[in-house]
Amino acid sequence: MSDVNLKINGQTVSIDVPSDMPLLWALRDKLNLVGTKYSCGIGVCGSCTVLVNGIPMRSCTMPAISMAGMEITTIEGLDPAGEHPVQKAWNEEDVPQCGYCQAGQVLTASALLKQNPNPSDDDIDSAMSGVLCRCGTYPRIRKAIKRAAKYADGTGGES
Amino acid sequence: MKPFKQQTGMDRRSFLKVSMLASGALIIGCGRFDPAHANELKNGTWLPNLYVRIDTDGKITIVSKNPEGGQGVKTAFPMVVAECLNVDWKNVSVEQAPLDDRYGRQVAGGSRGTPDGWDDLRVAGTAASHLLVAAAAEEWGVSPDACSAENATVMHKSSGRSARYETLLETAANLPLPEIADLKLKSRPADFSLLGTFVPGIDNAKILTGQPLFGCDTRLDGMLYAVYAKCPTFEGKVRTANVDEIRRLPGVTHAFVVAGADDPRGLRSGVAIVANTWWEANGARKRLRVDWDTNHTDSSSDYEKRAEGLRAEAGDVLGSDGDVDKALAEASQVVESSYYYPFVGHANMEPQNCTALYRESGQLELWAPSQNPKSGRRLISQTLGIPEDRIHVNMTRIGGGFGRRLRSEFMAEAAWIAREIRQPVQLQWTREDDMQHDYYRPGAWHDFKAGLDGNGRMIAFDHHFITFGADGETASGANLSASHYPAGLVENFRLRQSLININVPTGPWRSPGHSAYGWAYQSFFDEVALAAGRDPLEFRLDLLSRSYGKTQMDRQRASNVLKLAAEKAGWNSRKVGDDRGLGIAFHHDHGAYVAYVVEVVANGSFVKVEKVFAAVDCGPVINLSGAKNQVEGGFVDALSTANLEITFANGATRQSNFDDYELLRIGQAPDIECHFIQSDNSPSGLGEPPMAPAAPAVCNAIYAATGTRVRKLPFSRSGISL
Repeated sequence: MSDVNLKINGQTVSIDVPSDMPLLWALRDKLNLVGTKYSCGIGVCGSCTVLVNGIPMRSCTMPAISMAGMEITTIEGLDPAGEHPVQKAWNEEDVPQCGYCQAGQVLTASALLKQNPNPSDDDIDSAMSGVLCRCGTYPRIRKAIKRAAKYADGTGGES
Repeated sequence: MKPFKQQTGMDRRSFLKVSMLASGALIIGCGRFDPAHANELKNGTWLPNLYVRIDTDGKITIVSKNPEGGQGVKTAFPMVVAECLNVDWKNVSVEQAPLDDRYGRQVAGGSRGTPDGWDDLRVAGTAASHLLVAAAAEEWGVSPDACSAENATVMHKSSGRSARYETLLETAANLPLPEIADLKLKSRPADFSLLGTFVPGIDNAKILTGQPLFGCDTRLDGMLYAVYAKCPTFEGKVRTANVDEIRRLPGVTHAFVVAGADDPRGLRSGVAIVANTWWEANGARKRLRVDWDTNHTDSSSDYEKRAEGLRAEAGDVLGSDGDVDKALAEASQVVESSYYYPFVGHANMEPQNCTALYRESGQLELWAPSQNPKSGRRLISQTLGIPEDRIHVNMTRIGGGFGRRLRSEFMAEAAWIAREIRQPVQLQWTREDDMQHDYYRPGAWHDFKAGLDGNGRMIAFDHHFITFGADGETASGANLSASHYPAGLVENFRLRQSLININVPTGPWRSPGHSAYGWAYQSFFDEVALAAGRDPLEFRLDLLSRSYGKTQMDRQRASNVLKLAAEKAGWNSRKVGDDRGLGIAFHHDHGAYVAYVVEVVANGSFVKVEKVFAAVDCGPVINLSGAKNQVEGGFVDALSTANLEITFANGATRQSNFDDYELLRIGQAPDIECHFIQSDNSPSGLGEPPMAPAAPAVCNAIYAATGTRVRKLPFSRSGISL
């Protein structure tokens, strides 16, 4: 077991975790932040995506102890009020079906818009290609990202 | 999720009694009245029936009874009640019911939620509104017929009086219940104000802020985490396992062998490992050494050869009209083709899991992402010997169903582990467990022969369906009905079936059967149309214009969706380049009619599905957003699945994760334009009908673009890449 200080959603927390425990399981089983989802465990489906220093990363394959000092944003921390342009657009376009993959979709989209405030379809397909959706919400994800881009008031998706 | 709190020591019977008092326990709906507890106002809450609660402070709660797994029922069902209750949707709170027999069928399956719930939900809303109108009329001394209700307010037009619902509850609670026959139910699109509009999902806010909702999000005080290792080979059993060693590993609290039952859909033999965190439980599993007793050796590489052996046989005739052999012999032209599709898996994004708590009193409580919690309760009762009335099942949101979660063995596993360890526990399967212990959609071969007359009319259709089964029984999920399309549309028709015996678990997979053989039919009829020199749309419409007996479908509704999809796509006028092609297909299942026109662009063998025009008749649309979601998602799911296969070697599944079972990604998904025919027919479900016509429309477009006829799936077996 190893102690690690993690900075999650703006708060520093200290936890004692097995040294090989991925961030995903530290979030879910140690910190009760269950919005980040397990699905493949090998970094190919994107359900477990969190933002690390603003970049979408797979929490299922990164050991928690390697994340000390990084700014980690989970779906719980994007905007708890749900007012982030991506969250608003996602609701208005009614993107979720089962909803299981959507934390990964929303966080990835928020990172895309921050970097590219006005993405084309190709930009969207390229940025979002790492997050699987079994329900097939992809056409709505494209629409919602374009809608979010319009909300963003030039701040590129930051609320 | 707020875990269901229940005092230790309260048995199931007293729990029921309490909940009956709390809910009023009146079932208004399709005769399911409970006069003993009818229409009560208790502790500031009016309870006219099991679906509606109105508080004296004006809060309106509507209960949703069915499991929600992305099909949108948790939004659609309360919408129906709200429409008939005459309340504003934005003031409604929705609550998920637990498994409770008073609600009748609580299943997410067979696209039956909407058609089954339609009367019940409308009666519930209408009866409650009726009581409130009657209450206002009584207070005002006027006729109820002179009053109306809107936005939770009863109005008397001629006097200008109005009263909010919450002010009428006491009077309403003292009125006799209306007779169902006296209720005026809204039934047609013209009657609706809320139904048919675009309403975002009721759980969106929680999903988008990461709040607990799903089965695996359940957290209980003192909860431990479990994995359950089963034999990779189907039905293998544990002889011995190094559980003593496993128990000593870091974080591990329990490790034990479960003998399991012989029922292949029940609790299977395995090893349970329980730990303080799931990661530790799963880590310990890597050190697990099991001696498995196994004798299954199925390999899908043999299937083709075995199908070949059955090909020349007559098979069992499942249905027959006219004289097929004679008509084929006399036909001007015979078109012959064979189609094949493989086994596929469900691949729910949320791997199977269940949380369970066994109390010393002998009660068991579960939090289960199940499409059929009642079957889970029954299985647990049979397997653990716990009476069903001592098992309480909370329905969590489901991270994808697709038919997989109609089977409930994961509930029995969690229940067994919870009873063994006497501590709350969450069983979480790995992705690999999920993919290798699925109930797969069976593959099949379809050998078709169509006879055409001199005018290119199809006068004979012979179909040899070679699929899988055991002991003469067709495998679950493979079933093909002899009464389905094109039965009744061709004067000489025959469906024959042959079975290959297998030892592989199979089961329903989103629109069981239809999503598979719909592809074969609609692809083959494209071939037949073109061989006859006819337009594929015109050929299909002509077939639908004929009748030689009973057909399962309404031929007019089927024709209408074909025509609408063609019209929206500009089927007759659309100009596409040489590298592009248009394809059309339709299908009818689960009460709905769906047609697609698809445009693809090809670059050699690489195909991109660019644009889809969908036309759908599912009766009145309840939630426009939910309905479109099912069509868009169903199309993408079908396209994704046409690109996938599950194979077996030595009695085990070869695929194990999303790196060797690669679902469609966003760049491969088309733009989908969706059009509804809002008929006055009663509504059907829509979770399944969008599946079947999607893959054949794509394959027909691929043929138009490339000249390659996709007769084998996945696409790679026909030399096509997406």
